Amino acid sequence: MTHDLLILGSGPGGYVAAIRASQLGLKVAIIERERLGGICLNWGCIPTKALLRTSEIYHYITHADAYGLSVEKPTFDLKKVTDRSRKVAAQLNGGVKSLMKKHKIEVVEGQGRLTSATEITVTTPNGERQLSAKNIIIATGARARDLPGVEADGNRIWTYRHAMVPPAMPTKLLVIGSGAIGVEFASFYSDMGAKVTVVEMLDRILPVEDADVSAHVQKALTKQGMTIITGAKVSDVSPGPDGVTATITTADGKAATNEYSHVIVAIGILPNTQDIGLEALHIATNRGHITTDPMCQTNVSGLYAIGDVTGPPWLAHKASHEGIIAVEHIAGGHPHALDVGLIPGCTYARPQVASIGLTEAKAKAAGHTVRVGKFPFIGNGKAIALGEAEGFVKTVFDATTGQLLGAHMVGAEVTELIQGYAIAMGLETTEAELMHTIFPHPTLSEMMHESVLDAYGRAIHF
Amino acid sequence: MTIDVTMPALSPTMEVGTLAKWHVKPGDLLKSGDIIAEIETDKATMEVEAVDEGTVAELLVAEGTENVPVGAVIMRLDGEGEASPKIPNPNPSREQPAPDLIRGEGSSSTPAAPPAPPAQPTPLPPAGGAGGGPSGSRTIATPLARRIAEQKGIDLTSIKGTGPNNRIVRADVDAAITSPPKVSGAGEVEKRAERGPGEGAPAPTAPPAPPKPAAPPPTSDIPHTLEKLGPVRKVIARRLTEAKQTVPHIYLTLDVELDALLKLRADLNKALEPRGIKLSVNDLVIKALALALRQVPKCNVSFAGDNLVVYDRADISVAVAAPSGLITPIITGADTKSVSLIATEMKALAEKARAGKLQPHEYQGGTASLSNLGMFGIRQFDAVINPPQAMILAVGAGEKRAVVKGDALAIATVMTITGSFDHRAIDGADGAALMGAVKGLIERPLGLVA
Repeated sequence: MTHDLLILGSGPGGYVAAIRASQLGLKVAIIERERLGGICLNWGCIPTKALLRTSEIYHYITHADAYGLSVEKPTFDLKKVTDRSRKVAAQLNGGVKSLMKKHKIEVVEGQGRLTSATEITVTTPNGERQLSAKNIIIATGARARDLPGVEADGNRIWTYRHAMVPPAMPTKLLVIGSGAIGVEFASFYSDMGAKVTVVEMLDRILPVEDADVSAHVQKALTKQGMTIITGAKVSDVSPGPDGVTATITTADGKAATNEYSHVIVAIGILPNTQDIGLEALHIATNRGHITTDPMCQTNVSGLYAIGDVTGPPWLAHKASHEGIIAVEHIAGGHPHALDVGLIPGCTYARPQVASIGLTEAKAKAAGHTVRVGKFPFIGNGKAIALGEAEGFVKTVFDATTGQLLGAHMVGAEVTELIQGYAIAMGLETTEAELMHTIFPHPTLSEMMHESVLDAYGRAIHF
Repeated sequence: MTIDVTMPALSPTMEVGTLAKWHVKPGDLLKSGDIIAEIETDKATMEVEAVDEGTVAELLVAEGTENVPVGAVIMRLDGEGEASPKIPNPNPSREQPAPDLIRGEGSSSTPAAPPAPPAQPTPLPPAGGAGGGPSGSRTIATPLARRIAEQKGIDLTSIKGTGPNNRIVRADVDAAITSPPKVSGAGEVEKRAERGPGEGAPAPTAPPAPPKPAAPPPTSDIPHTLEKLGPVRKVIARRLTEAKQTVPHIYLTLDVELDALLKLRADLNKALEPRGIKLSVNDLVIKALALALRQVPKCNVSFAGDNLVVYDRADISVAVAAPSGLITPIITGADTKSVSLIATEMKALAEKARAGKLQPHEYQGGTASLSNLGMFGIRQFDAVINPPQAMILAVGAGEKRAVVKGDALAIATVMTITGSFDHRAIDGADGAALMGAVKGLIERPLGLVA
């Protein structure tokens, strides 16, 4: 055996696993075919946040008058905007590189392929390398799912990846799919001045969120000037010299064909399970995603899988957490299994969305008698001072036990707030402890308190 | 103005209650102080008074509803001076957050303040509190696990935690509820499989928790009725199961002659008549047990894991048959109280117990218990210890029996008493010493009044 542990893929699952393994004294190698840090910090979470920061500031400048400031009509240089985003990604990529070095983790560049449950052949620029270890973690991530019949060529039809480095500023943009990725890009381009249409196949946007959140975001985006079409299908997407025509068919059967300058396809992901040698090992999968046990082990002993290549939710922080569980299990520890109900999710549109746990509808469907609290931003002093008085914090409790089943927030900075509820839920607090917690004034977090109080008919400020 | 009336916290530990009975109906005009409902907690039934005035608009909780959380709106009032058209109000609570608009009877605090915590008669946490078990070491459990354990009558001390640092988490309590007591290590595998993915912490070694004993379904061909257990009965079942399963009992029985005590009682009653006090034999036995516990301090104890709690006061829990079930009001400091005071207090406590109006501090605590079935003609019985106490005295009927005195038969009034002792805390010889002390105090009863 050349190593104690091999990790295939260096995204937020793989590289975190590698560091933990090094901390635990394992001799570990990580194999990456592209860039250290994976999609997340090269082409996902981080560079989009950089773009969205630009559009947010742009929005503030164009609305500076509301804050008593006079600013001449601002302009922007799209290349500079994307350059900044790429620089941010590069900085973090460099950060991961130095982390690997610091923890003495061997980075093997190239395409890895499992030849057995303990061996990986890596095709490097300098030829093939044979690596072996008792344990292997597959952390190969996922890629954008294509719309059947539509090839995202990067010219006028984009995936997230093209949308991150646009060759030109779209004037009229069609976003297909309204998950976090679709809505974030819609928000970015809309704030930067594009006329944006979002089409969702299901009956509401951000369909995994609480229905109240979806409704609020849809209203807010519409007010910002976007066109949101739900319960609709997109077909006949055909690029021409000056744009892309697409047909949108709504639930009532009405079809309309329009031309757009650009189209972003954001209809989900596919796991990266091809060409890594899984077929011969007979690894169990579910809809293409690798099936794992609570310790992230596949049906093949010693072979683990984490992150987007496994089941949902497909989020970087879930991958990282799984990486730690897998490594600690490999090292002979007894880590606590991941509780998928306790994974927060964030969408960085304007408005932001953050949530954890069960939606009200899912809580009811699971048989809970619920108590629901809801507190609006308009009732919060800090929100009003910020000029961000739209949004709400919703909490869902089990009426019998007082268990916090879920929390759903929409509005400014909620993505930075959700961790409070994550801690509370992880520690299994009831409404009583949350009520007794003192939240600082003036902060947006006070709304988290008020929402809990409201669930019990005790909200103070609304 | 609509006023929400919420489920009041009738004791500091109360989290849910049963709405036993409504005393009002929609349309009734309420004055402050009117009794609006009876609320049953795990130990007692209390009447709740109105604090606000107005017309009853709506009763939101049906009679007999269990587990109504404290703070839940149970009734809506239309406030003073307002005709009461039923205007649908999307969220009346926002107009009038009303945390404690009603108070339990007996609470002397202002309406807005929750009832003051009762003074604890002993250094131990109140018996039956889910948080502090009888063991001296703290039980580490999440708030949610504690609450569910309390609601389901699960003893947390019997559960092994699987959370961080072996903290008891909800899943552990759920497992204790669903899994029957395990006989051996077998079955571990199935249990793990049951838990399914995403929840794969190792199966907790299922404790032989005292869950509701899995009652066999009633055989359908025997005529029967089903009676739903009240909260008091549930607590009795849980506590006694816990006692018999976790406390190794030993029983020490002896006969005591009562004639001297009966004579003293007659004399005392004559003397106390002008004060309207009448001593019962039981009042004197309470005093005898309390004094004996002080004479044999090794029996006035609680077993608490790594510690033995040795009490410096004898608080006697006295079993009283109340309509809802057994309850044990306490004579605190019975070792230092006069028998006349014990008699007066006992009378008041027994009346309150039968009326279901005991306050938690009046039945939670105690350092030892006394149970007397003599009035039913029971000659002798073995009582179940009431943890965390370490002993209980079971008193039989006083009856004339033939006794041998100086090689001759004689007639004496004799009573058989049996002490049950927690053998973890009390050795047989010490228990015997206590029984001897009780016997001595009863047979030479002037010590009770000296």
